[in-house]
Amino acid sequence: MATPNFAQDRDSAPAAIEVRNLVKRYPKSASNAVDGVSFEVGRGEIFGLLGPNGAGKTTIIGALTTFIVPTAGSASIMGFDVAHRPIDVKQRIAVVPQQSNLDRSLKVREILTFHAAYHGTARRQREMLADKLLEELGLGDRKNEKVNRYSGGMSQRIMIARALMHEPDVLFLDEPTNNLDPQSRLFLWERIRDLNAKGLTILLTTHDMDEADRLCQRIAVMDHGKILVNDTPRELKKLIPGGTVLEVRAYARPTESTRAGELLIAALRDMPGVTKVDEVADDAPEPTQAGAGQFGGPGAGRSPAPVPPQSSAPANEPGILSYRVYADSANALIGPVAQAVVSCGAEVRDLSVKQPTLEEVFIFLTGRHLR
Amino acid sequence: MADTISPPLPITGARERTGGRAGLALNAFFAMLRRDLVVTGREFIPFLLQALMQPLFFLFIFGKILPGIGLAAPHFATLMLPGIVALTGMIAAMQGVTLPLVLDLGYAREIDDRLLSPLATWWVPLEKVLFAAIRGTIASSVIFPLGWLILSTGFAVRSDRIPTLICMVILTALVGSTIGLLMGTVIKPEQISLMFTLIFTPLLFTGCTYYPWGALGNVRWFQVVTLFNPLTYAAEGLRYSMVPPFGGHDFPTLGVSWILVALGTSVVLMFLLGTRTFLRRVVS
Ligand SMILES: Nc1ncnc2c1ncn2[C@@H]1O[C@H](COP(=O)(O)OP(=O)(O)O)[C@@H](O)[C@H]1O
Ligand SMILES: [Mg+2]
Repeated sequence: MATPNFAQDRDSAPAAIEVRNLVKRYPKSASNAVDGVSFEVGRGEIFGLLGPNGAGKTTIIGALTTFIVPTAGSASIMGFDVAHRPIDVKQRIAVVPQQSNLDRSLKVREILTFHAAYHGTARRQREMLADKLLEELGLGDRKNEKVNRYSGGMSQRIMIARALMHEPDVLFLDEPTNNLDPQSRLFLWERIRDLNAKGLTILLTTHDMDEADRLCQRIAVMDHGKILVNDTPRELKKLIPGGTVLEVRAYARPTESTRAGELLIAALRDMPGVTKVDEVADDAPEPTQAGAGQFGGPGAGRSPAPVPPQSSAPANEPGILSYRVYADSANALIGPVAQAVVSCGAEVRDLSVKQPTLEEVFIFLTGRHLR
Repeated sequence: MADTISPPLPITGARERTGGRAGLALNAFFAMLRRDLVVTGREFIPFLLQALMQPLFFLFIFGKILPGIGLAAPHFATLMLPGIVALTGMIAAMQGVTLPLVLDLGYAREIDDRLLSPLATWWVPLEKVLFAAIRGTIASSVIFPLGWLILSTGFAVRSDRIPTLICMVILTALVGSTIGLLMGTVIKPEQISLMFTLIFTPLLFTGCTYYPWGALGNVRWFQVVTLFNPLTYAAEGLRYSMVPPFGGHDFPTLGVSWILVALGTSVVLMFLLGTRTFLRRVVS
C-alpha cells in the first residue's frame, strides 16, 4: 500500500476534506440542520464556512470530526471516510471548538503534553514541542498555571497550541475569533496564516465577513443548512451586479426634490456601465461598510439566486436624494454623476466609491443581513 | 514571543504514523489513566477525607462506643467492619466517576480531547471505570489500618482467605465504578444532588452494610429486597473473606459463588449500559 514514488502520490492524493451530500437532522427536530452539503477542501487551503448563527457550521465540523453521525451523505478527511475509519481521521485532525473545552484540572503545559501523549508522542518530543509552542503563542510564562483564570483569548491560544501538539494535517477552527478583543484577533489571524504557510489545511467557520475575506482562500456562504455559493472571495464579490458601487447623496430644495430625483435617477440609469440604481433611505443606519444600509434585490437578469426584492420606500429628510449606483467601474462615474446632479438642479453632498464586500454578497444572496 | 509558529508540520500528511492500532489505543489508554492519577494525586488528601470521614465515625460510634456502653454486642464491630470496607470502596469508586462525568458531559465537554484520541470511543468509559476502581480499592484498603486502630479487639481478618479478600475488594470497587458510569451518563448537572440522595440513601441502607444478610431471616421480605442491591453481595463477600470462624464454624454468609456471579454480572451489565448511554451522549 506504500507508494514508493511520493511525488506521484502527491498529485493523485485525495483532497484534505471531502463532503458529499451531507445531511444532518437532529432527533426531534423538524428540519435539517445541515441540508445536503457538498464541498471539497484541497490540501494546504484555508477554507471558510461563512454564515449566520444556526446556519449549520458547527454541525458540519461535528460531522467531520467524528462527533456527529450524519443522517445521510458522507465525509472523508485525507482520503479516510469519517464513518468507517474514525481512528485514522482522529490522528490527522485537530479541533478548536467554539467554546473552551480545555481540561481545567491540568496546568497549561500539561494540557499540551497529555494531549500529545494521548496521540502517542514520545515524552522527550512532546515536552520539547510543548515548550516551543507555548513560547510561540506567548504563553511561556503561564505554563504552570491552571486554565480557569484565562481570558477567552488565552483559552483560544492554548487550544490552538494543543491542537498542534500531534502534528495534524487538517485543523478545524470553529469561530476562532468570536468574542476576542481586536488585538487577540490580529494575533490569531497571523498565527493562522503562519500555520497555513507551513502546509496545514484549515477549515474555519465565522460569521465575520471581514475575517473570512482576509483569511480564506475559498469561502462557502451558508444559510439554513445549505451552501449558497462556494468560491474565492474575489469571485464572490463579482456576484454583485456590476461589481462596484458608487454612493451619491445630493440636496435639492424640498419643493423641487421630487422632480430632481426623477431626473437624476433617469440620468444615472442612462450612464454607461451602470447595471442598477437603488434609492437609499437616508435615515437608515449609516453603513460602516458599503452594503450595510439598504440593498435592493439583485439586478435584473444577473441574479444567481431567486431573492424577493425588498421594496423600500425611502423616507428621506426633505430635499435629500440618496442613491446607490452599481456599475462596472464606479470610479469612472464620479465626474459624470456629479455633473448629472448639478444639471438636475441639485447639489452634491457626498459621493463615494464603495468596494464590494462579502457583507454585500451575503445580503445580495439572502436578501438580509448576516447578523 | 516569537514571530512565527513552528511546529514541525507535515506538508501532505506524509508523516509516518507508526505502531499498530492496538499499540496506539493502549498508549492513549495509559496516558488517560496517568492523567487521572496525576489529577487525583494532586488532591489526594481531600480525596481521602471525602472517602474516609463517614466510615471513620461509623467505626468509632458503632464499633467502639456502642459496644463500650453495652448497647451492641462486642462482635458487632467484627461483623460491621466488612460492611464498612465494602461501602467505602463502592462509594469512593462511584464518586470517582459520576461527578466528573456529569460535569464533562454537561457543559464543559472537557472530555472531548480524550474522545479525539486515536482509540475507539468505548475505551474512554473503560478508562474512567478502571481508574475509579483504583480509587475505590485505595479507599477500601485504608479502612483496614483505621479499623485496626479504632476497633482494637473487634478488628479481625481471616488469614486464610486473603486472596479472596483482595478479589472481593477489587470487585466491589468495580461494581461501584460501573454503577457510577451509568449514573454519570444519565444524570443532568442540575439533578445531581437530588439523584445522589435518591440513589445513595436506599443503596446504603438496603446493602447489608451494618447487618449480615443471614440475620434478616425474620424479615423475609426485606431480606429479599436486599438481594437486588449489589452492595449486599459486596458486603457479604467481604464478610465471607474476613470474619473468623466462631466456635469452629464459619460465619454464615451468602454462598461465595453466588456472590461472585452477582458481582460479576453487575459489573458487566452496568458497564455495557453505561457505555451505551455514554456513547449516546458524546456522539449525536
Ligand atoms: N445538539 C443539537 N440538538 C438539536 N438541534 C441542534 C443541536 N445542535 C445544533 N442544533 C440546531 O441545528 C442548527 C444548526 O446549528 P449549528 O450547526 O450549531 O449552527 P452554527 O454553528 O452555524 O451556528 C440550529 O438550528 C441549531 O439549533
Ligand atoms: Mg456554531
